[in-house]
Amino acid sequence: MPETTRISALHQVPPIALRRRIVDHVMTAASVLTVFIVLAPLFAIFAYLVYKGLGSINLAFLTQTPKPVGESGGGMANAIVGSCVILGIASVIGVPVGIGAGIYLAEFGRNRFGDSIRFTADVLNGVPSIVVGIVAYAIVVLSQRHFSALAGGVALAIMMIPTITRTTEEMLLLVPRSLREAAYGLGIPRWRTTLSITLRTATSGVITGVMLAFARVAGETAPLLFTAFGNQFWNVNINQPTAALPLQIFNYAISPYDEWHRQAWAGALVLIVLIVTAVAAVRVAVRRGTFGAA
Amino acid sequence: MVALPAASLLRGKSSEVADRVFKLAMVLCGAAVLATLALIVYELVLRSGPSWHAFGMKFFIADEWDPVNAKFGALPFVYGTLVSSFLALLIAVPLSIGVAVFTTEMCPVFLRSPLSFFVELLAAIPSVVYGLWAIFVLVPILSNYLEPFLGKTLGWTGFFDGPPYGISMLAAGIILAIMIIPIISSITREVLMVVPRHQREAALALGATRWEMIRVGVLRNARAGIVGGIILGLGRALGETMAVTMVIGNRPEIAKSLFAPGYTMASVLANEFSEATGDVYLSALIEIGLALFLVTIVVNALARVLVWSVTRNQAVGSHA
Repeated sequence: MPETTRISALHQVPPIALRRRIVDHVMTAASVLTVFIVLAPLFAIFAYLVYKGLGSINLAFLTQTPKPVGESGGGMANAIVGSCVILGIASVIGVPVGIGAGIYLAEFGRNRFGDSIRFTADVLNGVPSIVVGIVAYAIVVLSQRHFSALAGGVALAIMMIPTITRTTEEMLLLVPRSLREAAYGLGIPRWRTTLSITLRTATSGVITGVMLAFARVAGETAPLLFTAFGNQFWNVNINQPTAALPLQIFNYAISPYDEWHRQAWAGALVLIVLIVTAVAAVRVAVRRGTFGAA
Repeated sequence: MVALPAASLLRGKSSEVADRVFKLAMVLCGAAVLATLALIVYELVLRSGPSWHAFGMKFFIADEWDPVNAKFGALPFVYGTLVSSFLALLIAVPLSIGVAVFTTEMCPVFLRSPLSFFVELLAAIPSVVYGLWAIFVLVPILSNYLEPFLGKTLGWTGFFDGPPYGISMLAAGIILAIMIIPIISSITREVLMVVPRHQREAALALGATRWEMIRVGVLRNARAGIVGGIILGLGRALGETMAVTMVIGNRPEIAKSLFAPGYTMASVLANEFSEATGDVYLSALIEIGLALFLVTIVVNALARVLVWSVTRNQAVGSHA
């Protein structure tokens, strides 16, 4: 009972002024409102993608090349394959270099040279993608004298490297020192330790970093505009102009034809699904792998 | 160094060579990162040379862009980039901070991770998909509802004047805002989370309401980091290309009204680069690219220093 009396004594402290309470409630309501305002476009975009895209996806869309203007039907098969080719080239260049640079930073890079690489990677990460496109144009397109999938791949590789480098470094640094020391103690050479012990232990994290980089560049359009350029026909020659899904979506979206608008939505849905499944598949695979090892 | 007998058996000459080769390969990968940046700078500077020699500093002050008559002034693009980015910040900053405050300070714990997941999902949508959505959903909403309304109520200011076509600087600002919200809000959330708990408790103990606690105890302490997040968002907005190109109207004119079409540095590159005929034209475009590159680097470096200063200080403080 004495407890209650003490509490009721506390209540005699004058209550918080009405104005302050109102401000408190208003601000709370305002932040709840911001959440709704921010999430609205997200749901609107996904709803429209499914609503507009799903109706336009059919076998023809996935297996045929674009029809000439005015004819309905046709699809983006060449763009889907082209995107895969360009992303393949980007990965072949970007993943080894990125992981290698990450290994350097984690295992040998506690010096000025390492710091300068770290700083450079962060700077590269902020370079606008269109500027990367200009550079790939200057290096590859001008020397080849025509647009090509190779040029597009180089542009995307430049964008993948900094992300992969920094995540690889972070993941390798998480591997306990004792593990490396144990390996050295067994007389295993350093390169073997790094590859088979350290990198192996950090595999899931490194792959996650690679997938993040991959997902980021998979939807990139700007660096492909004047490198891969786009193509209305089948092409698997990496030295020729090549169609890519984001480019095709862009060209169709700004065209005046309803049929092409329809296909742009379908293409956008396919692009999003490809990105999400690629990331999800690797996540699942990695998780299963680590559980299996544990 | 004295090698142990067992180790010397295993670590023969061949493994020493292998070690050296391995390290060299990794050094080369690291050097490739440096080389890439050097190459970007080299190519941009080299190839913008003709334009620089032809126009000098006047390139960024002249407001006439007429490739046919070889007149190149980048002012309309600089203006468009600045206005659209500033507009985006104006919309995105309060929303992002609101979301971050709600997720860290107000929302029930079980909602916290799905909410941040959803907001970060916004960052995963490709720019071209934003553009597609903006053309067919956002722009009609603007031209049918928002722009007529703004014109009627605020038309007298001159910022919301003229026919409501939808395709406009305003549309670019709004779509940019949606795109940079995840960046600003995730950095703000991170920064808010490192504000020590006792700051909040102290404010509450003094009789503050929850909002007063957030304002005095949390936001004030996280100021520098939030500003860093905002600048990082600005860096993204300045260089954003596709979505803006698809809705801004692409006309190199400087108009006061936000309903008028505009043009940005990134979108002129996207539209005209592959069709540029003549060395000076191409070189002028590359000079715009160089300017964009330099501005984003400065902006990003500034943001990183700010965010880093807050998170580092707080980490040190919590150890003490």
